Amino acid sequence: MTTDTPETTASPIVRLRSVSKSYRRGGQIVPVLEEITFDIAQGEFLALMGPSGSGKSTLLNLIAGIDKVDSGAIFVGGVEITALSESELAIWRGLNVGFIFQFYNLIPVLTAFENVELPLLLTPLNRRERREHVEMALRVVGLADRMDHRPGQLSGGQQQRVAIARAVVTDPTLLVADEPTGDLDRRSAEEILHLLERLNRESGKSVIMVTHDPRAAEQARTVRHLEKGFLADAAS
Amino acid sequence: MLLLNIFVKNAFRHKLRTILTIVGITIAILAFGLLRTVVTAWYAGVEASSASRLVTRNAISLIFSLPISYREKLIRMPGVRQVSLANWFGGVYVTEKNFFPNFAIEPKSYLELYPEFVLEPAEKEAFLHDRKGAVAGRKLAQRFGWKVGDSIPLRGTIYPGTWLFVLRGIYRGAESSTDENQFFFQWDHLNESMLKSTPRRANQVGVYVLGLTNPNMAAEVSRTVDATFKNSLAETLTETEKAFQLSFIAMTEAIVVAIQIVSFVVIVIIMAVVANTMAMTARERIGEYAVFKTLGFSWWHIAGMIFGESFFITFAGCALGIALTFPVARSFGAQLSSFFPTFNVARETIYLDLAAAIVIGLVAGIFPAWRAVTIRIADGLRRIG
Repeated sequence: MTTDTPETTASPIVRLRSVSKSYRRGGQIVPVLEEITFDIAQGEFLALMGPSGSGKSTLLNLIAGIDKVDSGAIFVGGVEITALSESELAIWRGLNVGFIFQFYNLIPVLTAFENVELPLLLTPLNRRERREHVEMALRVVGLADRMDHRPGQLSGGQQQRVAIARAVVTDPTLLVADEPTGDLDRRSAEEILHLLERLNRESGKSVIMVTHDPRAAEQARTVRHLEKGFLADAAS
Repeated sequence: MLLLNIFVKNAFRHKLRTILTIVGITIAILAFGLLRTVVTAWYAGVEASSASRLVTRNAISLIFSLPISYREKLIRMPGVRQVSLANWFGGVYVTEKNFFPNFAIEPKSYLELYPEFVLEPAEKEAFLHDRKGAVAGRKLAQRFGWKVGDSIPLRGTIYPGTWLFVLRGIYRGAESSTDENQFFFQWDHLNESMLKSTPRRANQVGVYVLGLTNPNMAAEVSRTVDATFKNSLAETLTETEKAFQLSFIAMTEAIVVAIQIVSFVVIVIIMAVVANTMAMTARERIGEYAVFKTLGFSWWHIAGMIFGESFFITFAGCALGIALTFPVARSFGAQLSSFFPTFNVARETIYLDLAAAIVIGLVAGIFPAWRAVTIRIADGLRRIG
């Protein structure tokens, strides 16, 4: 189902308050996001759309705690992540956010199993427990039989599924995906989107996805548009 | 464990580059070890010297001798338990290329003062009782294939003529640092010949070696000896055997310093090479480090991976370099036995190799680690794709 109206029935998992962000390019300050304020509901599947340079990836990075705001505040799951230090933020990310990137970003020297195991190394789980979690995550994405393969031995779609397994293995509350289908053929892209939709629907994961692709956005329950650093549908 | 797995796998991601870097470190550590061993060998005589022995020579220079009459005065000095003497003979065996140190000594007292020259009792007896007898060190005898009973001709350079000696014994060193490349014969034989041919050169001694009753009296005895012969025709300079040996080293100190500098330059060069390898590596993987940070890994995980890889490469090269140092030094020492009587790889050299490896690994990893740790995640992720 696709709608341009934000979901407001559930309590928000993400709250942005007057968030601004700019970059310095060649001595000039270029504003990327300006005074963004909006909420994302718990269990939401949100697609962020907009032209290149509109600030959608920057917004995603800020929500995921991998970039810092210039001003404003971001609350995720009741935690003001903009007030956390770098090390606190690293721990918070490891526990609460699963990342899916356009180019998968798997570690090429590690097997699919080892890639998925990476986030679990930061948890107190023992080896046997980690193995159970990893196998379950790989089963969820349908790659249980490929766990000993390295990324180079997998197709793009399979690599992205490993990346999704890595994103969900710690059971985070929030999944963020930056152009997750941008490097995939149509069939693989549909499989990935279906997987994300299933994780949202069946496991209740909140998903925030940045995409250019209207077909990808159709899988989301909510679509929001960014234009030159502003939410284009802010008034709605 | 997985992180250990990662940096080991990372180290061999570019096999050729890593192998070449390891080979470079191996060669550098080998060169460093050999150069340090040359320096150690240079000081081997100093290390082998005894604290309970003094050497008395002519105060003007070593090339001037001392009269034999001093011996009686020296033996009566307080603190002196034994006196021996030695003359540098400077004989040539067949050709100048066959250089080895050869001395005319007073055998009984000399061997008593130098217990590190170990002779079989029968050989010692034979040497003591044969005026034309001689003893050679084990390595020297091996070098020329000498056996006990062989006649050994030496062509005199300081003392003219061809001198024929009968090898009565082959000594071995009590310590690994003992020089086994020396040749000794009886001073009496030399002196009697001088009395016959050039009497004005007879009854002259190159150096006296004094054995002390107590090593702590070295300074006091030295002062007493030199004061006794003050204002005589042959004033003396008495110093510990160590100082005497160091005075030889001092003549060639510039070479030793140059070798030491070169040995450290080798390390600095390889440090730059490894640093370059690690910088390239980290630059290529900056996106991966950003992914690790995104997943929640902290700065010390990232730094650990980079330093781990840097140390892995460095220690692999260092271990190979150390392993090769021993056989190469053995072969090197055998080739240069006439210059370096002892050419052993000192324990300190191995410690220095390890210290060099630690410094190389650390320095090579600092800049890439700093860069990977400080780069913003968003910037790092932008490098991918």
